[in-house]
Amino acid sequence: MINFSDPNFLPWLIPVGPLLAFVIIVLLTNRSRLVPATDRHEYGGHHPEYNGMLVPVVSPSSRVLSIVVGMSGAVAAWLMSWKVVFDALAVGTGTFGKSVFGSSVEWMALGDRPFTMGVLIDPLTIPLLFMVPLAVLMIFIYSIGYMAHDPRQARFFALISLFAGAMLTLVVADNLLLLFVGWEVMGLCSFMLIGFWFEKHSAYKAAVKAFTTTRVADVIMLLGIVYLYSQTGTLSFREILYNQEVLAQLAGTPALLFGGLGISASGLIGMFLIIGTVGKSAQFPLHVWLPDAMEGPTPVSAMIHAAAMVSAGVYAVIRMYPLFEAGGHPHAGEFTSPLLLMTFVGGFTALFAATIAIAQNDVKKVLAYSTISQLGFMVAALGIGAYIAATFHLITHAFFKALLFMASGSVIHAMEHGEHHVHEHGHGDHGHHGDHDEDYPVAPASIGGGRMELAYEAHDGHGHGHHHDEHGADHGEFDDVGGIGDEHGSHHPHDAHAHTQAHDHHFDPQDMMNMGGLKDRIPVTFITFVIGGLSLAGFPLITAGFWSKDEILADAWLGLTEGFGPQIFVFFILALAAFLTAFYTARQLCLTFLGEPRTEEAKHAGLGGPRSVISITMQLPLVILAVFALFAGFVGVPPDFPIFGALFSPEVNPFFEFVKYSLLVEIQPPKPPFSVWPVLTSFAVALGGLALGYWMYGRKPLTAGQPDPMIKILGPLYNVLKNKYYFDELYTIVFIRPSQAIARVTSDFIDRGIIDGILHFIARAANFIGDLLKVFNLWLIDGVGDGIPQGLGKLGERLKFLQTGRIQQYLLLIAVFALLIGLIFAAVSVGIAGN
Amino acid sequence: MTLDVFGFNPLTVLIFAPALGALLVLGVASLIPSKWIARWLSLGISVGIGVLATLVFFAYNREVPGYQMVTLGQWFPTIGSSWHLGIDGISAAMILLTGLLVPLAILISWEIEDRPAVHLALILFFQTGLMGVFVAVDLLIFFLFYELSLVPIYFLIKEWGGKNRQYASTKFFIYSIGGTLGMLLATQLIGLTAGTFDIEALTTFWPAFNPEGGLFLGADIQTVKALAFIGFLVAFCIKVPVWPFHTWLPDAHSEAPTAGSMLLAGVMLKLGAYGFIRLVVPLFPDVWVAEVSLLGIQATWAGVFAFLAMLGIVLGAFAAFGQNDIKRLVAYSSVNHMGFVAMGIAVMAAVYGEMYVNGLANNMQDAIIATNGAVMQMFNHGLSSAGMFLLAGAIYHKTHTRDMREYGGLWVKAPIYGGVFIFTSMASLGLPGLNGFVGEFLVVRGAWPVFTALTVISMIGLLFTGSYILKGIRAVLQGPFNLHWQDYDLEIERREFIAIAPLLVLMLITGLFPNWILPVINDTVTRIFASLG
Repeated sequence: MINFSDPNFLPWLIPVGPLLAFVIIVLLTNRSRLVPATDRHEYGGHHPEYNGMLVPVVSPSSRVLSIVVGMSGAVAAWLMSWKVVFDALAVGTGTFGKSVFGSSVEWMALGDRPFTMGVLIDPLTIPLLFMVPLAVLMIFIYSIGYMAHDPRQARFFALISLFAGAMLTLVVADNLLLLFVGWEVMGLCSFMLIGFWFEKHSAYKAAVKAFTTTRVADVIMLLGIVYLYSQTGTLSFREILYNQEVLAQLAGTPALLFGGLGISASGLIGMFLIIGTVGKSAQFPLHVWLPDAMEGPTPVSAMIHAAAMVSAGVYAVIRMYPLFEAGGHPHAGEFTSPLLLMTFVGGFTALFAATIAIAQNDVKKVLAYSTISQLGFMVAALGIGAYIAATFHLITHAFFKALLFMASGSVIHAMEHGEHHVHEHGHGDHGHHGDHDEDYPVAPASIGGGRMELAYEAHDGHGHGHHHDEHGADHGEFDDVGGIGDEHGSHHPHDAHAHTQAHDHHFDPQDMMNMGGLKDRIPVTFITFVIGGLSLAGFPLITAGFWSKDEILADAWLGLTEGFGPQIFVFFILALAAFLTAFYTARQLCLTFLGEPRTEEAKHAGLGGPRSVISITMQLPLVILAVFALFAGFVGVPPDFPIFGALFSPEVNPFFEFVKYSLLVEIQPPKPPFSVWPVLTSFAVALGGLALGYWMYGRKPLTAGQPDPMIKILGPLYNVLKNKYYFDELYTIVFIRPSQAIARVTSDFIDRGIIDGILHFIARAANFIGDLLKVFNLWLIDGVGDGIPQGLGKLGERLKFLQTGRIQQYLLLIAVFALLIGLIFAAVSVGIAGN
Repeated sequence: MTLDVFGFNPLTVLIFAPALGALLVLGVASLIPSKWIARWLSLGISVGIGVLATLVFFAYNREVPGYQMVTLGQWFPTIGSSWHLGIDGISAAMILLTGLLVPLAILISWEIEDRPAVHLALILFFQTGLMGVFVAVDLLIFFLFYELSLVPIYFLIKEWGGKNRQYASTKFFIYSIGGTLGMLLATQLIGLTAGTFDIEALTTFWPAFNPEGGLFLGADIQTVKALAFIGFLVAFCIKVPVWPFHTWLPDAHSEAPTAGSMLLAGVMLKLGAYGFIRLVVPLFPDVWVAEVSLLGIQATWAGVFAFLAMLGIVLGAFAAFGQNDIKRLVAYSSVNHMGFVAMGIAVMAAVYGEMYVNGLANNMQDAIIATNGAVMQMFNHGLSSAGMFLLAGAIYHKTHTRDMREYGGLWVKAPIYGGVFIFTSMASLGLPGLNGFVGEFLVVRGAWPVFTALTVISMIGLLFTGSYILKGIRAVLQGPFNLHWQDYDLEIERREFIAIAPLLVLMLITGLFPNWILPVINDTVTRIFASLG
């Protein structure tokens, strides 16, 4: 009997709670009742009215039960994870790492060496096991309020439970295959959750886009996995990554492909795996899916961007780091190809995404780009060998980004509340709305009419049930890999959106230009949002974000003083990105919370009173996460940092010293000594960016109708940033359209045209020969006189019906065909035999 | 424990019980013209056979080498053909699949109102053909059942199919029969030369056969072997189907009634793959690795086959992505998925041939993994394609259209159907954690060191697998509900759900714990290679 209180076996149970919750909700607590779709209370918000057709809506008992089941799973996972964390801490720094927790079973019988599947808890797992279940739990609590009125709320809880289960599976996996299982299941969940409001055009499009974009990377990652597996005969982390011999062998073998370019097996495997992360963690050039993923309900955004999916991508590269590093030594200036790939992709992404973020008006999109940028920080850090700093930033980022997403969800909810209020109380004055369109100078005339809807849609992100008409309107222009968009609108006689045409007014509760002055309406959200924002901006000393970002810069500085190119690149590009981060954070905070409300809706925004369920469940997680966003950084303060070092790490940097033992001693990164320059840089960029942002947006907050000052400053560049450097458009032209065309060519031209064409041609030829023989017979029998004219006449007649499917004729044709093939092959073979 | 039924060998029973059952259904139906009696009777018979097939699977002892549950009787002594039946791990898995799918197909066929008894009897006849192929250890018996299985399915398509059924059924029949002409000749040639049709005996005799002077029937023996090889190759390529021999499939699968599509995709395609593993690889190891020159490019037959497999994976996925007819989409997905089976077979053939000819065993583990993967993929594709066709049929049955552009947002009114559809789609897509991934992973793993570049290109196919699966989900379930179907009941029926539930369970179990079936396959595969090493 396995003793599950033993930390070697307990990890098996960690993902079980949420997974079981998923199964239970799907099978048992997902009962629904039929309600007319016109019932705005039960089926309102994100759904069309369907002429009052009866639609299934989750029943009240199922609603409650699925919350209970989902929460139980999350709590169970949290308790078990933390028990494992404390068990590991009890083993002690340094000791834990040489010894680890884990167990495995035979999973696949393959020849003489079976594939084993198991769990592993090592020092790198510990911070994730601390962070992930906590963030998940907060997200679950938050979802209770956020999804309280959704007609498919039980399904939502089932899916986020599966998501959490998959993430925890990935974290406790002891091999790359199990990691990949969790990785892909999360991909499915993100697809399902981004497209949760699946009736909405923008939502399902975003879902397909997310899944497809990440799948591009995943199939390449799969190659990395099979390559690693065939090279080493195992996928176990411990056997490969904690084994100098295997690593040296991998680094010493030339790669199967591109081996001539001096790339080693570990180099090629590494690059394949990194590409997987480029997709999952939305790095350039596969970043395009993540901003669109904002179509999902806000807790999903938090889940995807903080606790789970994108963290999983970075976790995977951190986990596989020894493989990337094999054959090189970044702290001695020796870089392998995977490390360089990470350095440049990460560094470039960090800056690239930050520039886009400064020109976004959607409160969630700013955060989305900021996420891409921050993930770039981590990837770049790992590229220069700052293993611990990357891990540290992963953890702190998860806390403050989860906080920011949920706080922005709270803002959106409050705005929607304000909107309902306005609608119900007949504040009909939306005159100033027309003016607002000036704020969206997004549709340059040169691109044409189709762009106009797109631009609108970008703002309509969250969607509010009023714009289902997009479905018919902008089909084709942007229609994604779903591939049937073009036909869909035009061949669709029964479209369901006539009823929505009545709403000519689009109010976007996510547009920061519609907000302003919210600090008095939702004070708790305001304070926590500010905390999260400051942490993101790396506000010195008192926020977690500062400590982790500073550690990256410190590590880069170490290499910079030695004159290593990648470190120089990383230091400056990240410093610049950090400056922009602070700037757009200040811009976001000012636009959202300061000044006077710029719309009637913002004036009435709120969460329904301080003691409502929604208010409590949506704000409690913010408060808890705010604590971590401030204080989580203190576990990683360098001991030689003035004052704070003495305060929090009198002897050693606890985080650094603990986590580094997940690596072999030979490749553990050196602790960068304290240097004043990177710290000053951190101070300067954070404070400078915040100050500039405040100076532009906070000193004199925008008033209703006033255009964004950025438009004037940046000029034409503004539109480029606003439109994300037109990458969506580019990909549509370069990838999506051609692949749709190839698909049509394959099925219509190659299969039906060429292959079937040849077959039909042979069928006709055989028919012809058959008929000719018949005619010949007739001619012999009937005599020459009347035979020829008759026969010719019949032949002509028969030629018209060549395509009749008479079996004997087809048989004949196949015989001829087979004979031909046989002859060709015989000739070929004789040729071979002759050699 | 013996599994003999009334003193008959269980494998013999597996062959004849469906046919006798079919006659019984027809007989009873002509006496009592009640469709319900025919339905329940045929379901009962097929469930009984399914139980027997399951028992056979679990009674098969994977650790004992050689064929098991063997029966050897006289059949056609003049030419050396005998009634020789037996199973190894690979056939055991296929028997299980057949035994499982037929009752589900019969349950789905309950919706047939036109001559129900004949329809159900044909399905049972079909099962006889399928079972016969999987348990035959005699080449002539194999060929007999291989051809026999065509007849019932031909009539199923022709009589109960969709609008274009005449074209589809004729094309299917001619394609298949025509393709086996060469195989018939090759079978005769090999059997008469060896004086026996016993597959066990032939696998040692034929590859080693080298008459004095290297001449046979007046021609070079290598040429004769190559021709015989081509005979088998074409026949099985059509059945799998390997690109470009696949164009019968989208027509046949999409026009067939639901049960027909389920069994066509679920089991019948596996006859071809099974034929490769059972016959073509062991009989022609030297031909597989012989150099051929096609259009000036030097390659081995195994390499050419791997190339075609890659084309099947990639072009199958693209073609599926280009469809708007839901059944054609699912049909093309079979081309895509069976491409992985073909890829696994190519690896098997390449390495087996190398080992046979040169004694090089350095890729043996890769080949074992790839072959395991191919068989797993056969089993898994059986589950998921049957499931997909069931679901496509279910929605077609209610809406009477297969054009996906006329669906849209059906998830609103059919939440259970939507969930099942997504689950099955994901199994088909190869989502890790569900069955489809296991086979694909093993094939890719095995193929990587042997056909590296082709494996890389195949990844494009894997990417577009995702695209066409999502296209299906998006077109059927997502988007605003199409109000045309406002008054239709679109939810999955209880009967349909019962029919798909076993598939869903097996998809999940196989994905989470493939070792419930894999060791059975692995032991046999390992022995196949070990016999050379």
